[in-house]
Amino acid sequence: MKSTTAKIGLVLWLTLVICAAILFPMVPAPEKWYEFPIIPGLEEKARIIFFHVPMAWTTVVAFVAAMIYGIRFLMTKNLDYDLRSVSAAGLGTMFCILATVTGSLWAKFNWGSFWNWDPRETSIFVLLLIYGAYFALRSAVDVEEKRATLSAVYAIIAGVTVPFFIFVMPRIMTGLHPGSKGDPQGAGPVVQFKMAPNMLLVFFASLLGFTLLYFWLFNLKVRSSRLELQQQSQE
Amino acid sequence: MKVFSAPAIHVFLKDSHSEIRTRYALNALLMFVVTALALVLFSVGNDVVGTDVLSGILWVIIFFSGMSGLSRTFVSEEERGTTATLQLIARPTSVLLGKLFFNFVLILSLNVLVAVLYIVMINRFVILTPSIFWATIFLGSCALASSSTIIAAIIAKANTKGTLYPVLSFPIMLPLLLTVMNATRLATEGAAFSEALGEFQILVSYTVVVVTISILLFGFVWKD
Repeated sequence: MKSTTAKIGLVLWLTLVICAAILFPMVPAPEKWYEFPIIPGLEEKARIIFFHVPMAWTTVVAFVAAMIYGIRFLMTKNLDYDLRSVSAAGLGTMFCILATVTGSLWAKFNWGSFWNWDPRETSIFVLLLIYGAYFALRSAVDVEEKRATLSAVYAIIAGVTVPFFIFVMPRIMTGLHPGSKGDPQGAGPVVQFKMAPNMLLVFFASLLGFTLLYFWLFNLKVRSSRLELQQQSQE
Repeated sequence: MKVFSAPAIHVFLKDSHSEIRTRYALNALLMFVVTALALVLFSVGNDVVGTDVLSGILWVIIFFSGMSGLSRTFVSEEERGTTATLQLIARPTSVLLGKLFFNFVLILSLNVLVAVLYIVMINRFVILTPSIFWATIFLGSCALASSSTIIAAIIAKANTKGTLYPVLSFPIMLPLLLTVMNATRLATEGAAFSEALGEFQILVSYTVVVVTISILLFGFVWKD
C-alpha cells in the first residue's frame, strides 16, 4: 500500500515537473512566479536543462551504485549484490545513451554540429565506453563468481580513474556548455549553474524526480532479474 | 620491509629471465614500433604536419605497441599453467609489485626507444624543452605500467584474452593519454618546465591512485 502511494506520488511529481518545464513561459522581464527569464543565445532551447542534465546526473548515480554494489560483492561474495550491480549498470547505460542522444540533438541546433568534443561531451563518451567495456568484460567470463569479481574490480578501477577528467579537461580545452563561458572553472565535466530561482527550483525538482525514478526502475530490474534466475535454476 | 619486497624482486627477476630467454614481448614490441613508425613516415611523406598532431601520433604508437606487450604479463602465466605455482609461493601483493615493476621497465625502455626513433626519423618533431619531454616519458611510463598491469590481470582470467585489452584499457587510460599528449605538445612548443608541472601532478597522482587501488583489489582477481 505504502509503495503504491509512493509510486503515484512520483508519477504526479514528474508530471508536474514536465508540465512546468515545458509550459512555463519565457519572458524578457519575469514578474510572475511562473515566468522564466530568457537567457540570451539559448531562449527556448534552455528548457533542455530540465531533462538532459538530470539524465546525465542519473548516469553518474547509476555508476556509483554499480561501484558500491561491486565493493559490497567483493566484501561478502554474495551474488545478489552482483545482480544489483549489473542492474544499476544496465540502467546507467540506458540513461547514458539518452543523455548523449538528447545532448547531441540539442548541440546540432545550438552549436551547429552533433558532436564537438566539448569536455562534458568527452566525459559522457568515456562513461559510455566504460559501460560498454563493463558489459564486454562480463560477456567474456563464463563462471558466475569470476564474472562478478572481475566486473566489480573493473567498475572500481574505472570509478577511481574517471574523476581525473575533472583536472585534465580544463587544461586541454575550453567548454561550450552553458555555464562554462568565460570562467576557467567551467571547462571541467561538472556544471556550475547560475539560474533564476524558479528555474533552479524546477531543475532540482526534476533532478529529484529522475533520481527517484531511477531507484524505482532499479528496484523493478533487480526483482525481475531475481525471478529470471529462480526460473533458470528450476528448469 | 625486506620480507615484503624480496618476493616481489624475485617475481621481477623471474619475468626478466624468461623474457630474455624467449624475447617474446621484446621482439613483438620492437617489430610493432618499427612497423608503426614506418607507416607514419609513409603517410606523412613530405607533408607539413603540425607538432601537436605529431605529439599525438607518438602516444598513439606507444599506447598500441604497449598493448601488444604489456597485456602478456598475466596471460603468459595462464598459458604456461604456472599461475597455481605462483599463487602458492608468493603473496598477491608481491606478485603484483613484481609484475608492475617488470611492466614498468618494459614500457620505459620501449618509450625511450620510440622517442629516440621518433625524434631521429621525423624531422619536424623538434623538442624545444627536453626536460619536459623526458619527464613526460618517465612519468607516462609509470602511469601506463600501473594501469596496464591491473587490466592485464583482469583479462588473464577472461575467455577472450587478446581482444578485450584495448576495450578495457582505453577508457581507464584516456585521462592519462590526454595529459601526456598535452605535456608533449608543451615540450615541442618550448614552454618553461614550470608550465608543465600541472601535467606532472596529474600523472603522479594517477599512478599513486591506480597502484594503491591495484594493491587493494589484486587479491580478488588473482585468487580463483
